[in-house]
Amino acid sequence: MTQPWRVRLLGGLAFAVIVAAIYFPILRRRVQRAARLQQQSEEQARRELTLTLPANTGQPRVKTKLFWASSTGDGGLATTTIELPLSDDPAVRAKQVLNTLLAGPVDTELRTLPPNAALLEFYLLPDGTGIADFSEALATSLPSGIQSEQLAVDSIARTLEADVPQVQRMKILIHGQEMETLAGHLDLMGTFVVNTKPSQAPEKPAQTPAPPGSQPPAAGAPATDKAPAAAPTPAPPGKLTPGSAPGKLAQPEHKP
Amino acid sequence: MLLDVQIPLRSVVLLLGGLLPFVLGGAALKSSSPARAQTQPAAQAPVSQLTQAQPGIVPPVAGQTQRGGLSVVVLDPAHGGTDPGARGTGGIRESDLVLEFSDQARRTLEAQGFRVRQTRQGNDNPSLDDRSAMANAQRGTVFVTLHISSTGLPGTVRVYTMTDFPAVTDKTGMIAWDRAQAPFLDLSRKLGDIVQGQLSQSFKGSPSSAQAAAVRQLRTTAAPAIAVEVSSVTVDDRAELERMAPGVADAIARGVAAFRPIYEASPAARALP
Repeated sequence: MTQPWRVRLLGGLAFAVIVAAIYFPILRRRVQRAARLQQQSEEQARRELTLTLPANTGQPRVKTKLFWASSTGDGGLATTTIELPLSDDPAVRAKQVLNTLLAGPVDTELRTLPPNAALLEFYLLPDGTGIADFSEALATSLPSGIQSEQLAVDSIARTLEADVPQVQRMKILIHGQEMETLAGHLDLMGTFVVNTKPSQAPEKPAQTPAPPGSQPPAAGAPATDKAPAAAPTPAPPGKLTPGSAPGKLAQPEHKP
Repeated sequence: MLLDVQIPLRSVVLLLGGLLPFVLGGAALKSSSPARAQTQPAAQAPVSQLTQAQPGIVPPVAGQTQRGGLSVVVLDPAHGGTDPGARGTGGIRESDLVLEFSDQARRTLEAQGFRVRQTRQGNDNPSLDDRSAMANAQRGTVFVTLHISSTGLPGTVRVYTMTDFPAVTDKTGMIAWDRAQAPFLDLSRKLGDIVQGQLSQSFKGSPSSAQAAAVRQLRTTAAPAIAVEVSSVTVDDRAELERMAPGVADAIARGVAAFRPIYEASPAARALP
């Protein structure tokens, strides 16, 4: 190789090294940022859902009953009443109350649902069947056991019963799929009775418009009164009623 | 001589002619029996035959004759294999502990004269339907599934029975497998209350009566069935839970023994094949 060609080759290599030295740190930062975004995606999806839905700033606030675990440690539920700007649309309203339920009470020990679980979607069928589609964390992060799983379902069903009277029964999906059990024990193949009474109009809102940009309190607990103990009476709220073969939604069948 | 020969010959012909309708009738009955078996509800067939032949259904409990009393207890140590169940921070695994509880309960029940079957003996994980099938294939059976919770007041024990759901039978009288528990709900509640009453005496803080919960394992079990859940894997020392095993076993055995006359007097049990 002649002298001029050798000089050109060495010059080219030196230029490539300089470009690489400048570009590699930028590339590394981009890769790190992408990894961070991937880690946060589920949490972000949850936040997007919880933040956008309840922001009905034009809606008046209504008294909303939420059911978390009782502080007495008896394995039951207790009612917490807070005021939220809820939609008149029952499906949107159900999303709002369930997202608030998922956000949890002030005392995190009284949670009934895992903090990383998210409500992905809520559908309301014309026959009053609500389909609540939760993220996988509801099944994977919920403490395994009959007591904890029953408490989780009861808290969802009783909250819907109190705040969304149009929902007569509820089917729980996990990430869009029908699961055999919630976390190994509780049956998810059927529907849970939510409301045995005929559908009524939602509670008339209190005349206190929500301040713009207000969010539901993570767990305001102004009025906490003990909920009646879950009794194994026929067709109590939150009890399973498999109404059809697995894979099909149950039809209304429980009479109070 | 001729007459002597002809008379027996005529007798044989007449005899064969007389038997012919019976032979033909018997053949006709034999050929028609499979069709009849298909159209009849399989009420007279034993449970084991039915469950083997038609796994999607369990036999009806109505219109059958009593065959015996309560003699078999099917114990179901939950989870196992790749499913450890509830796990405590101290490395406690529900699947291991329930096996110990089940072994203890088996010894106590056998001492009282019950035949005991366990849905698993080691660290395997039969399906929920396979576990139910073990009880559904027996006569005079109660089913007890054993669990350790990850919540609740440590040192307490809760008994659960399946929540209400209606029995639905098809036109042949068969009960769908996925609602096999429906005809036994009342008996299950009675058994649950008795066992819970026994447990509440031994383990302070436990409820006084059984609670209803939609436990998947119970739904497909065609026998009085309860779930017993001990609290909890959150204890610091595994020995705390192990010390509860004899008391739990004793309460189950006394409860099942006290339940026996109720079971044998019940129409649902008397209707079993």
